[in-house]
Amino acid sequence: MTETPLLELRGVTKSFGSVQALSEVDFEVRNGEIMALVGDNGAGKSTLIKCVAGTHAADSGEILFEGKQVNIHGPKDSAKLGIEVVYQDLALCDNLDVVQNMYLGREAHDKLQRLKEPVMEQKTAETLKSLAVTTINSIRQPVATLSGGQRQSVAVAKAVQWNSKLVILDEPTAALGVAQTEQVLALVRRLGEQGLAVVIISHNLHDIFETADRITVLRLGRNVGLYERRKTTQQEVVEAITAGQPTKVSGIPSTAPAGAAS
Amino acid sequence: MSTAGADVVGQGPGPTTEEEQPRGLAGLYRHAMDNVKSGNLGVLPIVLGLIFIIVFFSFKATNFFTATNFVNIIIQMAGTAMLAYGVVFVLLLGEIDLSISYVAGIGALTVAELQNPGSGHQISGLLAMVCAVLVCAVIGWGQGSIVARVGVPSFVVTLAGFMIWQGVILQRLEQPGSIIIQDRWINYTASYFFSHFAGWLIAAIVTLVYVITVTAGIMGKRRAGVAIGHKGMIAAKMVGVAAASFGTVAICNHSYVQGRPLGLPLAGVIIVFFLVVLTFLAKRTTFGRHVYAVGGNAEAARRAGISVSRIRILVFMISSSMAAIGGIILAANVNSVDLNFGGGTLLLNSIAAAVIGGVSLFGGRGEVRGAFLGALVIATVSNGLNTAGYATGIIYEVTGVILLLAVTLDTVAVRLQVRSGR
Repeated sequence: MTETPLLELRGVTKSFGSVQALSEVDFEVRNGEIMALVGDNGAGKSTLIKCVAGTHAADSGEILFEGKQVNIHGPKDSAKLGIEVVYQDLALCDNLDVVQNMYLGREAHDKLQRLKEPVMEQKTAETLKSLAVTTINSIRQPVATLSGGQRQSVAVAKAVQWNSKLVILDEPTAALGVAQTEQVLALVRRLGEQGLAVVIISHNLHDIFETADRITVLRLGRNVGLYERRKTTQQEVVEAITAGQPTKVSGIPSTAPAGAAS
Repeated sequence: MSTAGADVVGQGPGPTTEEEQPRGLAGLYRHAMDNVKSGNLGVLPIVLGLIFIIVFFSFKATNFFTATNFVNIIIQMAGTAMLAYGVVFVLLLGEIDLSISYVAGIGALTVAELQNPGSGHQISGLLAMVCAVLVCAVIGWGQGSIVARVGVPSFVVTLAGFMIWQGVILQRLEQPGSIIIQDRWINYTASYFFSHFAGWLIAAIVTLVYVITVTAGIMGKRRAGVAIGHKGMIAAKMVGVAAASFGTVAICNHSYVQGRPLGLPLAGVIIVFFLVVLTFLAKRTTFGRHVYAVGGNAEAARRAGISVSRIRILVFMISSSMAAIGGIILAANVNSVDLNFGGGTLLLNSIAAAVIGGVSLFGGRGEVRGAFLGALVIATVSNGLNTAGYATGIIYEVTGVILLLAVTLDTVAVRLQVRSGR
């Protein structure tokens, strides 16, 4: 387990005006690993992800991808590296069918801009099959008619389909029932088994302990813990989320200085 | 690989699912009923409505169910249909274009000006038509840019356009009152009739092109190992297209005006030409796919790397260009452009045609053929009521009721569709 991480963030700092959203945050995820990113509201999870996705630019700090330092200035840069983000609100078009959504913005077409529907349909069927997404009756039905779990599966499959190396899932089970949550978590585990690096953001510790290999905990924009799932308990993680102490002290004074007994 | 969720293997997606279909007429019926139950009504209600309207007026007015009146309806619907085609694209984005009727007026005014023999800048009618479309495309580009880049709501931008272009028409035509269109090429758009033989030839070409396109599509799907649609349905559609083309030509070839035989009107060919071209654009190209995507979820489209503002601007250019073509046909129909051109019910009829044809006002749902059928319904009703001697007031009332019925039915259908899916 000492290989170079696929993605590594070193001392990433980001502030919005006077609000320090991230200060000196370290983060890493390896190939074939499911890394959970947890923290209370406002802990900086989304900001961190947006720095990786290119929606925000970090103020300072390094981002290393496959051991090399990279500059991510926009969503296209991250996509080029093989980073795909599945956002909470899914970003699917309800009026389009599964195939059309999977290829949205990257349609297969010939020189005359004519769509190659059969090719797209076949590849979609293959992708879904490889991920064992088997609950969708017809990939030609509009996404509007799918259940929440099926929609999430389509969104994940869409992210995976483009030879991506790292898939980031933002609250993938937030709006789902029990059975559908299981379905999506199984899909997430399968991504890891296929060698992809997966970052899963969730409020739900049950989901995290079902899927993740390691758990990074953020609190108030700082690292407060990195746990291996097998060697920790939900209790320990909850304590870190609610009252964890920063694991490193930077020059910037923190609200809860290290060592101060609370 | 086998974790939870894999316990439902067997009904997996892809090639295997849609192969086991019942054959024959019973299968076709079941296929159709499944669609109806899930709220996927397609063109069924509007076609049934159209048949009802035709039967009704055939009994009500003696002159209605004649070959000559059939040709009349084709020519009467042509202008509205062109505008309605453009409206489809705008509505697919969830936007609105209120300026089309007077942009059509600008198109008509441009051709009238450019063919005007006494003006000193007379050019060939064909060239004048191209210029008119270009002028209106620029108008669409301007209006679309304000909507897409500045972010002013399309309702406001095109309402302003509505007033401005009306003003331009009034200003230019205040003195002469109207400009007569003498150029034969321009007038042909509403008054040229193909010879009987040419009519049959066109019907044969349309049928052949349709059959070849569909067959090529099936072969492509087979090569990729993808499920082909219902075979009975495909065959039925082929027969339907053949029957419609040859039937139309057969009726047109039986029409007479003052003892002189007519034939398939050029206006009819124009209607079908743009129906095919714009359907292709909407359904078979990346551009069309992106229009649906932006209309369905603009944020998702943006995240997928689609340039939303570019799509919006192009759509407003399409709507203005189609308005120009419609305007030319409407002007050719009366051989002139006058002060009131673009007023009256043109705007609302064009939008109503698209909406009656099942195009959603909220974006992302609808097809070009809907506008065709909608324009046909509106033209048939107004023609029928006219032939039966009803007053204009009645025509508006009936059109309004049909619009309301169509949208109500569509709303109910969508609710069914969502319910059946979950």
